Amino acid sequence: MIYLNAKAKSQTYKKIDTLCNPIAGVTTVSAARAANVVRIASLDAGKGDMGDSPEPGRGPDQGPRFEIVAREDFSDATYLLEIRHPMMAKAARPGQFVIVISHENGERIPLTLADFDARKGTITLVVQAVGKTTKQMQRDCQRGTRLFSVVGPMGVPSRVGDAKKVICVGGGLGVAPIFPQARAFKESGAYVVGVVGFRTKDLIFWEDKFKQYCDEFIICTDDGSAGIEGRVTKGIEQAIQKHADIDEVVAIGPPIMMQACAETTRPHNIKTIVSLNPVMVDGTGMCGGCRVKVGERIKFACVDGPEFDAHEVDFGDLMNRLRRFAADEQAAMARWSETCRMAGQLTAVDPSSQERA
Amino acid sequence: MARKTIRTIPQDRTPMPVQEPKARARNFAEVALGYSEEAALNECERCLLCPDPACVPGCPVHIDIPGFIKKISERDYRGAYDVLTDANLLPAICGRVCPQEDQCEGVCPVGDTLEPVAIGRIERWLGDVAIAKGWSNIPYIEPNGFKVGIIGSGPAGMACAADLAKAGCDVTIYEALHQPGGVLRYGIPDFRLPPGVLDGEYENLKRLGVNIECNTLVGRLFTIEQMIDEMGYQAVFIGTGAGSPKFMDIPGEFLNGVLSANEFLTRCNLMRAGEFPNYDTPLHLGRRAAIIGAGNTAMDAMRVCLRLGVEKVYCIYRRTKAESPARVEEIEHAEEEGIEFHWLTTPVEILDDGNGNVRGMRCLRMELGEPDESGRRRPVPIEGSDFEFEADMIIYAIGTNANPILGQTSKLKLNKWGYIETDESLATSMAGVYAGGDIVTGAATVILAMGAGRKAACSIKAYLGIRDSDRVYLPERSGSEGKIFGIDSEEKNFCRIRVA
Repeated sequence: MIYLNAKAKSQTYKKIDTLCNPIAGVTTVSAARAANVVRIASLDAGKGDMGDSPEPGRGPDQGPRFEIVAREDFSDATYLLEIRHPMMAKAARPGQFVIVISHENGERIPLTLADFDARKGTITLVVQAVGKTTKQMQRDCQRGTRLFSVVGPMGVPSRVGDAKKVICVGGGLGVAPIFPQARAFKESGAYVVGVVGFRTKDLIFWEDKFKQYCDEFIICTDDGSAGIEGRVTKGIEQAIQKHADIDEVVAIGPPIMMQACAETTRPHNIKTIVSLNPVMVDGTGMCGGCRVKVGERIKFACVDGPEFDAHEVDFGDLMNRLRRFAADEQAAMARWSETCRMAGQLTAVDPSSQERA
Repeated sequence: MARKTIRTIPQDRTPMPVQEPKARARNFAEVALGYSEEAALNECERCLLCPDPACVPGCPVHIDIPGFIKKISERDYRGAYDVLTDANLLPAICGRVCPQEDQCEGVCPVGDTLEPVAIGRIERWLGDVAIAKGWSNIPYIEPNGFKVGIIGSGPAGMACAADLAKAGCDVTIYEALHQPGGVLRYGIPDFRLPPGVLDGEYENLKRLGVNIECNTLVGRLFTIEQMIDEMGYQAVFIGTGAGSPKFMDIPGEFLNGVLSANEFLTRCNLMRAGEFPNYDTPLHLGRRAAIIGAGNTAMDAMRVCLRLGVEKVYCIYRRTKAESPARVEEIEHAEEEGIEFHWLTTPVEILDDGNGNVRGMRCLRMELGEPDESGRRRPVPIEGSDFEFEADMIIYAIGTNANPILGQTSKLKLNKWGYIETDESLATSMAGVYAGGDIVTGAATVILAMGAGRKAACSIKAYLGIRDSDRVYLPERSGSEGKIFGIDSEEKNFCRIRVA
């Protein structure tokens, strides 16, 4: 590699400089010049190696930061955002999450990565519009717009590679984030059973994408309009009945679903991993807001997790802590709906007054 | 001029104008309003200008304190600023947040008979004048081609970046949050450090040519190894701070309404939760708040609570006021604003209201026993002294542990508490990688972190073979003063770093 050679050379120069001329300032300049060459060489090498500039979020084509390059709506509440972030696309691993701020006054919301493509330099998030922030994002995050901030990948990546036969379970907002895991298990040579749960047939997405990497794929719907009628736990039961040698179950979804999955696998004594989604602020281990009780010990989901042993997690506690800001969330939601309604009315009367609303 | 003596100087310390406690406890404007020019000049008169000053070694970054005070007395404010910024890039910040009573002011000989010279207040005044006038000392910098990466934009990173940029390095600071400043941004509230002051100091850093990249979590987005092997950094400085909050492991800690001071302050300072719902981050303020701990962070959390409208704010601390690690001024301010202090009290349980929220707290009274290894008398619980009180918000401000991210993602050698292990020169176990501040020492002060940042900058320069001259760098406005070692001084970067 050019870079290593150049680096070695500069170090030799430095050594010679210090040895031969301990007082003169002149020689440092030459060392510096040599180092300058190194820098340029190494930058080029870096470009070749990493396929992007050292600035996070900016692609080789210098597109705007955190630009939304694609969007897809799966239903009236679920939407997909594909975001340009070449460095993260390269660094991301299954099981990791990002923190997104949609606008300048926005809150930091954690979202588990649904996909990442180092070649395209993009990451993919699948968002459910449930609160004020996610509803506002649903309205504002169109193709070509940009997010205020995207930081990550955060959290410890999933351990992939030990298990030979796994069940990957996704329910509700957990369907998309389970995809990278299923893919990684498949690529590591494991036999992958995918189990995903939806309320009804119309909400199903990514079926083909999953089938590409799953040896078996089980869809569960609450109303039985597609696949098995019932919850994902029914799908897990079915898979366990069929395969006696399941090494691991990975489940992502609402806490109540993950708890049910843990209870399903506990009697069979199958290692079960869940990805927790507590309230978070910084996502870097600094605030402690995301603390969860795992085996009676305090863990921070952002830096110790987000994945933990499902049989050790105190789900009751997690669910209680997720209610922490329930009142504030409702207030924010009500206020936002009202603002939208008012804005709509005012626009009808006088378009110029929209800003005031 | 006759030499000043302890009898000839103004006997009383020039008072700091402050906002009325009643008014300020409900607003976020700064409490201490700062000296006027007359007040600053008067206070400067009180300095004896000792020939062998005790205050200079008393300062972690060795500011030439008598030097800048003398310049102020001569009304050469710009000159004073030059002297000050030679050692300290952030005077407006340090004048506000340093624990001067334990540093420069603690060793001031005037303090033997009278109140010591209010060095911090003078420094703050000068820093504010500089920001108001737009002064900055940007030396002539010739790039030396070295690329240095700095992890964390807090005080350690800022100080290190400034010194390396002055030496001609191409410096990039990486910050995980969306705004730079680290603890100065998320931790210290507006009434103690207005955001405008911080922005002013950051502008100076940018003028030195430092790049600041926010939204970048080093360790996860790229590793330190990658910075050196792939991204072309010849050296890296780690100043990530300690940051991971401690809890006590008592029953009820998981109830809603229990949070760390870090979380509380981050929500309020960085995310502006106090302005919810205009800002999206919620806070869910209680009516009665109990803060555990009595350090500066605890004082900040309590005083933010008051300003946001919490009716009753209690401070729970297991030792006495004398052992409290907070700045004296902060405790005084907190007391004046109506915080209820419970010294010699330790929490034993947080009580549940039956719905998973905090209802109150059960505490034990303590008494002081024998001194422990820190030299402070160890508090011992008094049997049967437990009592309960109502509270719906409990904030933990009992210190921090090391942040685990860089340890998880690199081969850096850590000590048994998880802090990064360094040698005297702040070099870590990886070649070219240096660390300083809280991530090495555990939680300390802003100025100590800055001192560590400067020391690391000095070591990095030695490592890269960048030579220092004993000449002070020449600010742009003064002309060339001839040649050193045959080189025109305009041609090379001259900077002076004092090694601690």
